[in-house]
Amino acid sequence: MPKITYIEASGKEHVIDAPNGQTVMEAAVKHAVPGIDADCGGACACATCHVYVDPDWLAKTGEAGSMEQSMLDFANDVETNSRLSCQIKISDALDGLVVRLPKSQH
Amino acid sequence: MSSDEIKRVIIIGAGQAGGETAQRLRQAGFEGDITLLGEEPHAPYQRPPLSKKYLAGELTMDRLLLRPANVYAEEKIALLTSLRAVWIDRAGKKVRVEGGRELPFDALVLATGSKPRKLPLVGADLAGVFTLRTAADIDAMKPHFVAGKKLVVIGAGYIGLEAAAVARQLGLDVTVVETAVRPLARVTSPEVAGFFLDEHTRQGVRFVLGGQPALIKGSDRVTAVGLTDGTEIPADIVLAGIGVNPEMTLAQQSGLTTENGVITDAQCRTSDPNIFAIGDCAARPISFFDNRLCRLESVHNAVEGAKIVAAAITGGKPPALEAPWFWSDQYDLKLQIAGLFQGYDHIVFRGVMTDRAFAAFYYQGERLIAVDAVNKPAEYLGAKMLIQTGRTLPREVIADETRPMKELVASAK
Ligand SMILES: Cc1cc2nc3c(=O)[nH]c(=O)nc-3n(C[C@H](O)[C@H](O)[C@H](O)COP(=O)(O)OP(=O)(O)OC[C@H]3O[C@@H](n4cnc5c(N)ncnc54)[C@H](O)[C@@H]3O)c2cc1C
Ligand code: FES
Repeated sequence: MPKITYIEASGKEHVIDAPNGQTVMEAAVKHAVPGIDADCGGACACATCHVYVDPDWLAKTGEAGSMEQSMLDFANDVETNSRLSCQIKISDALDGLVVRLPKSQH
Repeated sequence: MSSDEIKRVIIIGAGQAGGETAQRLRQAGFEGDITLLGEEPHAPYQRPPLSKKYLAGELTMDRLLLRPANVYAEEKIALLTSLRAVWIDRAGKKVRVEGGRELPFDALVLATGSKPRKLPLVGADLAGVFTLRTAADIDAMKPHFVAGKKLVVIGAGYIGLEAAAVARQLGLDVTVVETAVRPLARVTSPEVAGFFLDEHTRQGVRFVLGGQPALIKGSDRVTAVGLTDGTEIPADIVLAGIGVNPEMTLAQQSGLTTENGVITDAQCRTSDPNIFAIGDCAARPISFFDNRLCRLESVHNAVEGAKIVAAAITGGKPPALEAPWFWSDQYDLKLQIAGLFQGYDHIVFRGVMTDRAFAAFYYQGERLIAVDAVNKPAEYLGAKMLIQTGRTLPREVIADETRPMKELVASAK
């Protein structure tokens, strides 16, 4: 199973076994990683699952779709490596992925 | 009761609001006992996908769960499923469950949700007539959701229309019967309703608007829906989507103040200070709308209620409130709604319906009160932000599509 590392704004790390086919958001929520609220459950409707993808991984996660990009434009502290984690699907290619969490989702 | 005297919390209803409350209490550092009681057999799960990806067969039950079932034990949350609470003893601060056991509480949270209205028609109990509220409802209906079957949806609200969309995508023959002259009459403007009517019609859904169902026909299984004008619509499956009633049996039995929902203050406290009510079953004042008492049926409202109660019980900082929001997925359309449109007197558009990407902004005088955005997420989030910060934009300004939404929001006062 791919491993994903979530790093909270405080620096605290969570390494999680994330099943293929689920999203980076789901794996975090199921393991209660603080800092990803994901209120809409992955419907791309709430923008509270914002993460920063480690620059080394950007090529593998791909880019935000247009819907996602418009949502991100309104998130706090958006960077070029910002993504909505409910829109990143886990696969073997993402084994080892590192994402950082923003200070706040609201 | 002050927060440090609360040692035992019981939550009745293990749905989205109840599940979130248990989790957020622990996140807020509450160390006392938490009992989460639910009559359904599942750990708390999300309902929105039921009429969307779950019905379409694209998601399995384990992915609907808010958290994996084993997490509750790990966090010392006593999750009691398939168990109904039947009585609240307010004076003795106890909840009686089916079978007679009594559980004591210091604080009680009612998160009992809502129940679908039953069709008030002869034949409503025939096999093949379904409602759409629980995973069990979908599991029962799904085997009949196969190409060529005839589905009649009674009631054209969001849930009914979502199910109609899934049914068309699976190749069913779909008729929607609605007593009002247009779909979505309670939840959006005639303009936006017209857009969805056209979309569904183009996708092959037939509508009987202003149609009054009289009875469900069939001997052991449903065969048709009969209307008062004598029309018969052949049916293999009937889906009743005529709305929900708040589940208030326990609140009423124990004498809490109820109207169209268990009445609470902004802290989600009922007329008994030791009892909170949240989610679909409760009505609370919404600060962005002049503290109007609102019973909302949405994920936002369920989650926000959970946050408010967790803060109230632990004496923590109350959450930042959000303007009410909701979404609906039909075909490739994502509708995102913020605010409350009731009482609008002007409607302003950005984008055009024929592009299948537009936003309808609702104004009361100069004040922006709501948005319905179809495939227009920036307009949705921008309007939501304006509403929850008490700002607005002149109508002619918001309509100016040459200026990006983000820029407009930044300029708003
Ligand atoms: C098909 C469908 C699609 C939806 N789509 C959307 C959407 O796209 N976006 C959105 O924002 N919202 C949507 N909603 C609404 C949203 O799911 C609800 O507002 C939300 O689930 C309410 O949460 P709740 O916890 O208050 O109630 P529920 O989720 O209904 O949970 C209440 C639970 O309490 C249990 N219960 C009741 N009485 C007792 C008792 N006496 N003892 C024990 N248990 C009891 C019930 O069985 C139930 O399990 C949808 C709802 C449905 C049904
Ligand atoms: S979970 Fe809501 S947008 Fe990602």
